[in-house]
Amino acid sequence: MVKSKKSHVGDFVIAFLCFLLILICLLPMLNVLARSLSSSEALIKNRVWLWPVGFNFNAYKVVFGDSKYTWSLIWTAFLTVVGTFLSLFMTTICAYPLTYEKLKGRRFFNTVILFTMYFNAGTIPMYLLLKDLKMLDTPYVLIVPYCLSVFNMIIMRSFFYGIPESLRESAELDGAGPVTILVHIYLPMSTPVIATLALFYAVGRWNGYSDALMFVKTRKYYPIQLLLYNIINSMMSIDTTTVEGFTTPGVSESIKAATIMFATIPILLVYPWLQKYFITGATLGAIKE
Amino acid sequence: MQKSQGKRQRAINYIKRYWTLYLLLLLPMAYFIIFKYIPMHYILIAFKKYSIVKSVWEMPWAGNHGFEYFIKAFQNKDFINAVRNTLMLNALDLIFGFPAPIILALLLNELPFPRYKKFTQTVAYMPHFLSWVIIAGMAKQLFAPTSGLVNNLLNRLGFESIPFMNDPTWWVVTYIFIGIWQSVGWNTIIYLAAITGINPELYEAAEMDGAGRFRKMWHITLPGIRPTIITLLILSLGRILGSDFDRPFALSNHMVENVSDVISIFVYRNGIQGLQFSLSTAVGLFQSVVCVIFLFAANALAKKFGERGVW
Repeated sequence: MVKSKKSHVGDFVIAFLCFLLILICLLPMLNVLARSLSSSEALIKNRVWLWPVGFNFNAYKVVFGDSKYTWSLIWTAFLTVVGTFLSLFMTTICAYPLTYEKLKGRRFFNTVILFTMYFNAGTIPMYLLLKDLKMLDTPYVLIVPYCLSVFNMIIMRSFFYGIPESLRESAELDGAGPVTILVHIYLPMSTPVIATLALFYAVGRWNGYSDALMFVKTRKYYPIQLLLYNIINSMMSIDTTTVEGFTTPGVSESIKAATIMFATIPILLVYPWLQKYFITGATLGAIKE
Repeated sequence: MQKSQGKRQRAINYIKRYWTLYLLLLLPMAYFIIFKYIPMHYILIAFKKYSIVKSVWEMPWAGNHGFEYFIKAFQNKDFINAVRNTLMLNALDLIFGFPAPIILALLLNELPFPRYKKFTQTVAYMPHFLSWVIIAGMAKQLFAPTSGLVNNLLNRLGFESIPFMNDPTWWVVTYIFIGIWQSVGWNTIIYLAAITGINPELYEAAEMDGAGRFRKMWHITLPGIRPTIITLLILSLGRILGSDFDRPFALSNHMVENVSDVISIFVYRNGIQGLQFSLSTAVGLFQSVVCVIFLFAANALAKKFGERGVW
């Protein structure tokens, strides 16, 4: 079909609008990146836009030379890896049995689980529970209490529903039990959903700070985002800084920018590769009961 | 007799075959009971005088038939303020933030260059993967009154600097804008998926009839994704008094607390920092109950208008 001239113009208007969107998404990142690589002098004089002025790596040297940052990077990476594995394990063993239509009590289990999506006890009851469990201010509090997300469990369950039942039935005829079927048939076919949920859980842990803010006091257990929160907010208002060693405002500005990049780059390196998976996953989440 | 034996045999076979499924469910169910249901009994604290040495059951009931702390909350200016802010920010999010991904999905759907489309999507998803701490950090640098990129640009164009993050009114504008920035790309995923489900023959038939781009959008695409829109609208309405913590807390600063303090921040300040457990549990319970009521109401309303509800 030959397109009219008018609709060609329309195509380019739309392409241009999308270009604006790209700019709005990328420019803030570029500005912060440029700041992190600029000299303090250029920053004070407001000369940094989207390209570094007085290019140097000093801010990154300070950040990577400071054990506070490197420790929290390693610690958060550790929490993220352990947390993601635990979450994937819990999500799988929760979603898989619920796909058996013959399972007695399936409705009951579903109701018990889904109810928690609509009504939750709230922050303070959670705090008191963790206090009674003696989990406050321990590393466990950053992994266990939110390790299973109902939303993610539904995504996995929807994906499992998409696996043909005939596969399971023929394996059952060969005498395979549910666990064997899960390990040898379902999991190998579930790479897309596992990759998606791994991304969701990992990003959640990497980016989370409020649980640590509420439940953790010991500094060495702080995940990177809480450390960042404290740094950004303590260095914000007054430019003569409280962090040891940096006295000029420009330096603290570039260090702030460098810490932001430092905590962002790991995610930016990962998510584009998983795009085709997480689009499927995010769509599955919309499928209802 | 024989019948019941057959039944028992079937039950034994069933258990033999499927007991491992229950074993698998053991851990997840324990998780839900411990971390979702047991906390619910602490809700009683909202109706009791909290005491650190007593168990929940032993604490004495609060005054006014147990509703002392609810009354106190509604007499508390900060709480009224938090409710107002929560409603205001959520309503603005709904008005401006809800249509944004629908519009973007329509645009992306019309974009004829597949590789460019994919690139746009990849970039637009990016903000969703940034933490609110990082977004707030970037915003504070970009919108800083004297050194920020945005105000520098405004100054060059001959405008005065705008206190985006430090003036209460401007802060609300910035908060809503950043919210859209963070979520618009990600939220298109679900609409784009719904659009792919629309029968292409409808478009072909409309083209035969000479329908242009906008008429096809209006008469085919939008009605095609209507169930998705309604479902998401119900869920958003259900959250109208719900409050996220990470976003307002990260973006807030002491100059704008008057508009940025939402219920979740009130609970954090008074409960975890202020140790007023009864008061803040009462506030949390009030919020949860209102959320459930709103969700049911929105769902019932949608059904009344002949739409498919959430359940």
